[in-house]
Order: sequence, then structure tokens, then C-alpha cells
Amino acid sequence: MRDNLLVSTSPHLHKKESVKMIMWLVTLSLVPSGLAGIFIFGLGALWVMALAVAAAVITEFALQAVTRRKITVLDGSAVLTGLLLAYNLPADVPFWLPVVGAVFSIAIGKQVFGGLGQNIFNPALVGRVFLMASWPKYMTTFVKPMSYDAVTSATPLAALTEGKALENISYLDLFLGNRPGCIGEVCILALLIGAAFLLLRKYISWHIPFSYIFTTGLLSYVFGAKTLFAGDWISHILSGGLVLGAFFMATDYVTSPLTYKGQLVFGIGCGLITVVIRLWGGYPEGVSYAILIMNAATPMIDRYTRPRIYGS
Amino acid sequence: MVRLEDNKFYTEAKPLEALPLPAKVYIPLSQHLGKPCLSLVKAGDSVSLGQKIGSVEAHVYSPVHASVSGRVKAIVDWPHPVLGRAKAVVIEADDSCGPQKMDYLPREDIGELTAENIKNIIFDSGIVGMGGASFPAHIKLNPPKQVEVLIINGAECEPYLTADYRLMLEKTQEIIKGIELVVKCLGIKKVFIAIEDNKPEAIKAFRCFNYNICVLSSAYPQGGEKQLIKSVLNKEVPRGKLPFDLGVVVHNVATVFAIYQSVYLNKPLFERVVTVTGSILEKPKNLLVRIGTPIKELIAFCSPLKEEPAKIINGGPMMGIAQYSTDAPVIKSTNGILLLSKKEAAPLPEEYCIRCGACVRECPAGLLPCMINLASERSIWQEAISYGALDCIECGVCSYVCPANRRLVQSIKRAKLEAVR
Ligand code: SF4
Ligand code: SF4
Repeated sequence: MRDNLLVSTSPHLHKKESVKMIMWLVTLSLVPSGLAGIFIFGLGALWVMALAVAAAVITEFALQAVTRRKITVLDGSAVLTGLLLAYNLPADVPFWLPVVGAVFSIAIGKQVFGGLGQNIFNPALVGRVFLMASWPKYMTTFVKPMSYDAVTSATPLAALTEGKALENISYLDLFLGNRPGCIGEVCILALLIGAAFLLLRKYISWHIPFSYIFTTGLLSYVFGAKTLFAGDWISHILSGGLVLGAFFMATDYVTSPLTYKGQLVFGIGCGLITVVIRLWGGYPEGVSYAILIMNAATPMIDRYTRPRIYGS
Repeated sequence: MVRLEDNKFYTEAKPLEALPLPAKVYIPLSQHLGKPCLSLVKAGDSVSLGQKIGSVEAHVYSPVHASVSGRVKAIVDWPHPVLGRAKAVVIEADDSCGPQKMDYLPREDIGELTAENIKNIIFDSGIVGMGGASFPAHIKLNPPKQVEVLIINGAECEPYLTADYRLMLEKTQEIIKGIELVVKCLGIKKVFIAIEDNKPEAIKAFRCFNYNICVLSSAYPQGGEKQLIKSVLNKEVPRGKLPFDLGVVVHNVATVFAIYQSVYLNKPLFERVVTVTGSILEKPKNLLVRIGTPIKELIAFCSPLKEEPAKIINGGPMMGIAQYSTDAPVIKSTNGILLLSKKEAAPLPEEYCIRCGACVRECPAGLLPCMINLASERSIWQEAISYGALDCIECGVCSYVCPANRRLVQSIKRAKLEAVR
């Protein structure tokens, strides 16, 4: 027998799971709400998605090539970032907007930190917030659902946070996505299908989404109306980007805490900030900012929620 | 802890089988935790089976014995399955020097032996912890203070290995007798036999006796001493302390079996059960092997091979040690020889940590492997320690679950070494 044997440290066994596989499966879990977005808002939505994904992938490739790092565009993370950015945009934005947003997401949100795993903030949200600050008009002009042409329309959340009751929109409409809003956030049913897949396959745990949604629901019930304990918490949960954010963006591994305990703190923090912004802040929607602020708090949360060492 | 694909099906139904006597054995003088032995023999000497050939003046050590009758050829620097290289006594089997099998003279006065007598026999027989740690067994039978609980470790949580399992099935009576001896040495009342639920046959075998069987749901690394104590007693050994301090002693089934043989049959530890396994072997087996047999002889006995092995491991896939040479011999703690194919052994590309937290959640010691890894890579040893590096039991779970294939265990080991420096 030859003696040129492989020698390496234990363990010599590895679970069949890779970063690539996780990223592509998360991307897959987003497909239902993407399809719903196209169905609700028309082919414009598909264009936005395609442009954002393509721009994200090309930017990642170009930056890695220029800086002579390993090309990792096929690991799915750039596709995921582009897609998530698109899901956070209205369907009829000018074609360059998703492109600019995706380039910003990848370049500033991810690659300046050193690439996947090194970034502090969720790259898709960095892109979105940048677009929001630069071109607020495009970012808040929404298409009416099922009409397939750009009719400016206020989102239910905008009405809600101004303290108006929702007219003409039932809970079922909110749940199915029959409302103006961003491409990937409106159809709660489709989002939940993807979320259930991720939860069952254990790619995400319930801690962040549930604590986030619960906190948001509770606080909007308590403070969401003129009198205490009278808020329309169901609408608060179903409208805006909460469900998309809670299941697919707040749970981003890289930018959220490592332990379950930390994830609960993270989710509660997200919920708190979301409600504060929605009810008392200048913007109607607070999900993006809430998650970004908690991203910044993640290293600190990690420090105070370390696991207990055996025997201590 | 994690559930692993246990891959025990290769050998779990294979009865113990004796490997034919090797022509030459290479018996390392260090097969235990503690001071290495010095050779009591020199080239040219004739030795007989079971003769003591290595000993030393020290508090923590265990003597070694000849595993064949024959002539000492030399004392050489030889591949060692755990230490890399170490001194070994080479003996060429020669029937004219003595019998090659022991004509056991069963002791008749077992009942009259005192605890002290038993401990001396165990010490003289060179018995060490055979689950992997190789800690001299007599020391564990001499606790500094009275202990209350004895746990017999039949968990065998490493995938592929079935050596302990076959022993539990085929030598149940003997193991029970061994347990009685340990009980006598320690003067304790409470005994738990811990077996994982993936070994229902073994559980059944022990049910016939009057002992507490603790059926554990299979999880890795439950067979680790500290993890086992937690699973069985729901207590944790305090950091920096030993099981003694909790009033607990843990012995592996193979060790207990060796204790039985030493006391009842006057037989020192010169052979043990080794699982030889892997997908590329045509005939994987559970072999009874003389200590010092080069592993290539075990492999030859289980051949033909479906393809050349790319990696050969002494022990199981999670904590076993990859061998650079098949000349390395079986030692007292060798519970398995695992052969991996090129595909199974292919190194996976290391990527950036995506902070998925899997390593943190599964670490049985409650550490932050990903953070230790980052600190270790930047050579900030102090920070590595602050994340718990010194408490790592090197079980390998973190590296196993990491989707980014980070070399976590490797960097944690490194941090531990640097920290002591
Ligand atoms: S850090 Fe050590 S104890 Fe924890 S899982 Fe990794 S090897 Fe095991
Ligand atoms: S399992 Fe790997 S990728 Fe996940 S946190 Fe640990 S080191 Fe990072």
C-alpha cells in the first residue's frame, strides 16, 4: 500500500452543507413572493428583479476581479442581495434605480468590508436606504395592485401610521397582497410559504422573526391608536415590509447575533424601533432602519449573550 | 451535541474475530497518559507472552507487556499512531520462546482479594482507559476522596466504531464481573451503565443483570466523560475540576473487560478489540488484535480494497488521528482503524465565516468556536482564551457543522498550545 496518505486534523467527517447551498436555498424560498409580486404588479416587477440581480452579480464579479480576490459570485449571496433589494422597491421605478441600488449594496454594503461574512450591515438594506435618501420620490410612488399601470397610490401603512382607519382594504387583501407596496413585501401568504420552508429545514430559527413580529404587534396594539390598547395590530403586522424583513432580512446570518438568546434581544429591538418609527417618526415605514440599527448593535448583543461554558 | 450518521452498519453484525499472529510486533513504550516507560529488555532477549517489557519510576504511568512470545530484535524510533514517532520494542514472534496463547489459570480466590490486591493487579496488568484517553486505570480506582457513582461508558458515540458494542454483546458476563471488581475497589453503591439507543441489542443484553441501565438518545459527543456525566446525572463537572470532585468515576466498557481479564485470568493487557472499517473495505471486521501489530496487517486481513485509501485514521472519524504510515501499530487505546476513500477524504474549501451560529449552538462545551477561530487567526491568543479556548474538548462538532468549512478545531488547538506557552 502506498504511504502518501492524507494527514489532517480531526474531524474527518463533514456535514453535507455548504454556504453556497444555504444561499441558494434561501433564494429559492423567496421565489413564491417574487412570483406573487409579478402577478400583482405586472412585468415591471420582473424587470426590477432582473436588473437588481444582474447588477449585483456583475458588481461582485467586477470588484473581486479588480481586487484579485477569489471569484465567488456563484455562491448565491450576490443574487440573494440583489433579489432582496428588488423586493424592497416599488414596481415602476426607472430602470436605473435598481441598478444603482444593487451596485451600492454590493460595493458599499458588502465588498468594502471584505465580502461575504465581513459586513456589518445587511447589504440589501444599505442599498435600499441609500435609494430612499437619494430619490425618495421614486421610492414612495407605488403601483396600484392588479391595474398594471403606475397610478400613484398611498400604501395602507402610510394611512395607518397617520392614524386613519384603513378603508377599502380588508385583512384578506393585506394577507394576499392586494395592496400597493414594494414588490416582494405585499403577499404575506407567499412570504409565509418561503418562511415555513426555511424554518422546517432549520436554515433560520424562529427566534428573530417571532420576537420581532410579536413585539411589533404588541406595541402597535398598545400605542397604535388615540387611546391605549386599541391599535389595529393585525394591520400593522400585515402591512409594510414587516413580514419580509422579519423572516428574510433580520435573519441574515452575517448581521444578526450568534445565539438564540441574542437573537431574541435582536428581534425585540427591531420591533421596538419599527414601532417607534412607524408611530412617531418621520417615515411611514421603519423596518429597514430598525434592522440596520440592530445590525450595528449586534456585536454588543453578542458580547452580552454568550453561551454558558460547561461547568461554570 | 449533534446527531451523526453513525455508519455502524459496516461492522455491527460482525462477531469478534482474532487476527492471525503477526510476524513482528512494534510495542510503543508510551501508550498512556504520563511518563513513557523505559525498556526492561534489550535486543536479543527472549520474551514470553505477557511478560512485562516496559516500566518506569513515576507516579502516573502504566507498564507495557509483550504481546507475543519471541525475540527482541531492537528498540527503535517507530511511527506511533498518536504521538507521531516514539520508542518501540520490536519483537519477532518465535514459538520456541513460549506459548503464543495464554493458558489461563483462572484465579480461584477472587472473593478473598482485597480492594488493594485488585488495584495492584490492575496496575501490574498495564490497564489504561481504552476509550481513547489512555489514562492509567489504577489511578482512577484510587480517588483522592470517596466517590459515590460509577458510570460505565458504553455510549460509543463515534460513528463507524463497533468494538465496544461487540464486546458488550459477546462478553456481557465478563463485563459485569469487571464492574463488580471496580465496585469493590471503589466501595460504591450506585452504578449506571450508559448505552445509546442505537444499540438496542446491547441494552437488552445488560437488562438481564441487576444494574441501572441508562439509555441515552444517540448524540455526539455523548461518550465524552464530561458530556456523559451531564447526560446521566444531569450534573456538570466544574471548570478546571475532575469527575472525582463530583464524586463520579467513569470507566469505558473495554477497560472494564480488560480489568476482568487481568483479575480473573491473570492476563495483562496485550490485546484488544479493534474495528477495521470503511466503505472501501470488502470485509470490514471487528478484530481481536495483539498490541503492537502494524495497522497494515489489519487492513490486509480485511482486504481486498475497492480502491486505494486516501486517509487512514486511528480511531473514529470525529476525533481519530490521521496516520502518515501504515507501519504505525495498534496501541491500547486503538478502538478503530477507519479507511476513507479519495472522495470521502477530499479536503473542502475553506470560506469566510458567515456567522450562521451553528458551531456555537452545537458546541457541547458552550464555547464560541467561530470567535476563537477569528482571534486565533489574528494570533490574539488572549482573546481566544476569553472565548473559552481552554475548555474545548476537541470533539470536532464545530468543524463538522460549519458550512464554511472553517478549520475550527485546528485553530482552537493552536490557540490552546500558544496560550500555555
Ligand atoms: S469548540 Fe471544542 S468543544 Fe466546542 S465543538 Fe469545537 S471541538 Fe467541540
Ligand atoms: S459554523 Fe462556521 S460559518 Fe457558522 S458561525 Fe461557526 S464558523 Fe461561522
